Amino acid sequence: MSATIELVGVHKNFGGTEVIRGVDLAVMEGQRHAVIGPNGAGKSTLYNLITGRHEITSGDILLRGNSLIGKTPFEVYRAGLARSFQITNIFQRMTVFENIRCGTLWSLGYGYKFWRLVDRERDLTQRTEEVLEKIGLAGKRQVPAGLLSYADQRALELGITIAGGADVIVLDEPTSGMSLGEIQRAVNLIREVSEGKTLMIVEHDMGVVFDIADTISVLVYGQVIASGSPTDIRGDEVVREAYLGTEH
Amino acid sequence: MTGFLKRYGSWIVMAAAFVIAPAMFTSGFATTIMSQMAVLIIFALAYNMLLGQGGMLSFGHAIYFGLAGYFSVHYLNLIGEGALFYFPVGLMPLFGGLVGLLFGTLIGYVSTRRAGTTFAMISLGFGEMITAMTLIWVAFFNGEEGIQTDRMIGPEPFGVSFGPDIEVYYLIAAWSFLCIVAMYALTRTPFGRMSNAVRDNPERAEFIGYNTQRVRWQAFALSSFFAGVAGSLHALNYEHVGVETVSIAQSGTVLFMAYIGGVGSFIGPILGAILITFLNSVLSGVTEAWYLYLGLLFVSIVMFAPFGLAGIVMMHEPIWKTAPGLLSRLLRPYAIAIGSLLVLLLGVVGLIEMFYFLSTSIFEGSVVKIYWMAVDTATIMPWIIYAMVAVVGFLACRRNFPMVKAEWGEVITEARARLVQ
Repeated sequence: MSATIELVGVHKNFGGTEVIRGVDLAVMEGQRHAVIGPNGAGKSTLYNLITGRHEITSGDILLRGNSLIGKTPFEVYRAGLARSFQITNIFQRMTVFENIRCGTLWSLGYGYKFWRLVDRERDLTQRTEEVLEKIGLAGKRQVPAGLLSYADQRALELGITIAGGADVIVLDEPTSGMSLGEIQRAVNLIREVSEGKTLMIVEHDMGVVFDIADTISVLVYGQVIASGSPTDIRGDEVVREAYLGTEH
Repeated sequence: MTGFLKRYGSWIVMAAAFVIAPAMFTSGFATTIMSQMAVLIIFALAYNMLLGQGGMLSFGHAIYFGLAGYFSVHYLNLIGEGALFYFPVGLMPLFGGLVGLLFGTLIGYVSTRRAGTTFAMISLGFGEMITAMTLIWVAFFNGEEGIQTDRMIGPEPFGVSFGPDIEVYYLIAAWSFLCIVAMYALTRTPFGRMSNAVRDNPERAEFIGYNTQRVRWQAFALSSFFAGVAGSLHALNYEHVGVETVSIAQSGTVLFMAYIGGVGSFIGPILGAILITFLNSVLSGVTEAWYLYLGLLFVSIVMFAPFGLAGIVMMHEPIWKTAPGLLSRLLRPYAIAIGSLLVLLLGVVGLIEMFYFLSTSIFEGSVVKIYWMAVDTATIMPWIIYAMVAVVGFLACRRNFPMVKAEWGEVITEARARLVQ
C-alpha cells in the first residue's frame, strides 16, 4: 500500500533554529492520522509545511507520489489536498450558502468563468445543499457567516474545506477554543465528513485524538518519536515519558 | 406573472426611468446633466467592481475612462477626415471599452500582483504618469486644450444623426442600461463570487483552489472595459475630451461617487453617481464652497456610515426581513437625530458661507445671501446667531445620539437574534 501523504526527511529552520529535525511520516490511504505533541513540538510548523504556507529547508513532501514542494496553496488544493485553519477562516460578509458554494466552484469546473450565472447551475446548488445538510447548517443558509456562533463558524469552515470534494483533508486543531459540548459535536462532524477519505489532523486535545484517530504519530522537539495505533501509543514507554507523563 | 415581475421588476422600472426622464426634465441643461449621470453611473459601477466587489482601492481609474475618450475622439476625427474606415457612432463605446480593456489588462497585470496598500500606491503612480503624459505627448493629448470632435459623421439610420442632445441621451441611456445589467450579472458569475471571496479572505480563496492574483487581474481588466465604455460616451456627450478626464481629480470623483453611494451594495454607486452629479451641477451654481461641502459629506460618510447611503438603508435589512414592525420603534429616534443634525448643519453652513464670502469677494460689499436671506457679514450679529445655532445643534446631537444608538442597538440585536434562530 502506498502512502497518500508522505514526508521524507523534512527539515525546517527558522533563522538558524531547527524546528523540524528530520521528520519521516506516512499517512496511508483512508487513514485517520493524528499528529500530537506537547506545546512547541513543531505541530503547527509541520502543518504549515504540508499545506504550503512555509517553505521547507530540506527533504520532500509527497501527495500520492507527487512532490508538493514549491507549489502555491491553490496548486496544493488542486492536487487534491484540502485544509482547514486553526483560526476561523471563512468569508465573513457572505451568507452560509454562498460560503459553501464558493468552496464547490473550482472542483465543479467553473474556474474564473464570467459568462455563467451561479444561481442557474443546478450542480452547484445541489452540491452546496448536500454539504449544508452534512454540516447541519441547512437551516441557517441565508445567515451572514459573520453572525454565526463560534461553533457554527467552525462547522462552516469544515464545510468549505470538504465542499470541493477533496479526498485528502488536513485539519489544524479543529476543536481549539470550543466548550466541551461543542467539542463532541465537532468530533462527530469530523468523523462524518471524513468518511471514506484520508484525514490528517494536528491536535493537542487528547480526548479528541483518541476519539477520531486510528493512527497516531507523536512529535517531540521536531522529531517523530513514535507512530502506531492508539493502544500502542498509550502503552509506549517513551511516549509516556516524553509527553503523556507530563500531562497526566 | 408575479414571479416574472419579482424577478425583472426592478429592471423594468429602471429602463422606464431612463426612457421617461427626458419627458419630465425637458430643458437642454437637464438633458446634458442626465446624460452625464448615465455616463457616470457606468463609471462608478465599474469602479465599484474594484473597490466594493474586489476590495481594491484605486486612485487612478480615470486612466481607462480618459484614454478611451481620447481614442474614441481620434477615431471619430480620422473617420471624419476619411483616413479610417467607418465605424457606427452608436457603437463607438464598444471601441472605447476595448481600449479600456487593453490598457486595463496591461497595467492591471502589474498593479494587481499585490492587494491592499501596494495596489493603491501603484494605481496612484500610474495615474500620475498618465496625467504627466497628457502634457508631454502633445500630438496625442493636445495639452490642456484637449481635442474637439464631431459626432455627426456618416450615414443617419432612421434619421438619427446624434446631432440633438436628446438623441445622444438615448444612446447613452441605452448603453448605461446594458452596462448596468451586464455588471450586475457579472456579480452573479463564478468570477464575481470569487471576487467577493478574495476581497473577504484571500488566504481562504487560495485554499479553495483560486489564484487570487488572477481573480484580481480579471476584475481589473473587466472593470477597465466598462470604464472605457463610459469614457467613450463621455467624449460623445461633450464632443470634446480634455486632460481632466484622465486626471487624478477624475479618479477621485469616481471614488467619491462609489463611496458616498455605498460600496457594499450594487445600487450604491448608482445612487452616488446620480447624487454627486446633481449636486455638482446644481449646488455649484448656488455656493462657491461646493467642494468643501462635498469633502465634508465624504468625511462624514467615511466616519459614520462606511457603507455609504445605500449601506444606511441596507443595514435595516435584517429588521424588515424578520420583524418589520420593529421599524416603527426607530421613527421617533430617527426624527430626533435628523432634527438635531439639521440644526447643526444650519449653523455650520451659515458660518461657512459668510466666511467663504469674506475670503473670496472682499471688494463687493459685505452683504451675502444665505438661505434666501441677505446677511451683512460686516456686523457681528449674524456671526453670533449662526454660531449659536451651530452650538445648539452640536449639543443636541451629543445629547440625542447615544439614545438613538441605544434604541438602534436594541432593535438590531433583536432582529439578528431572530435571523440566526
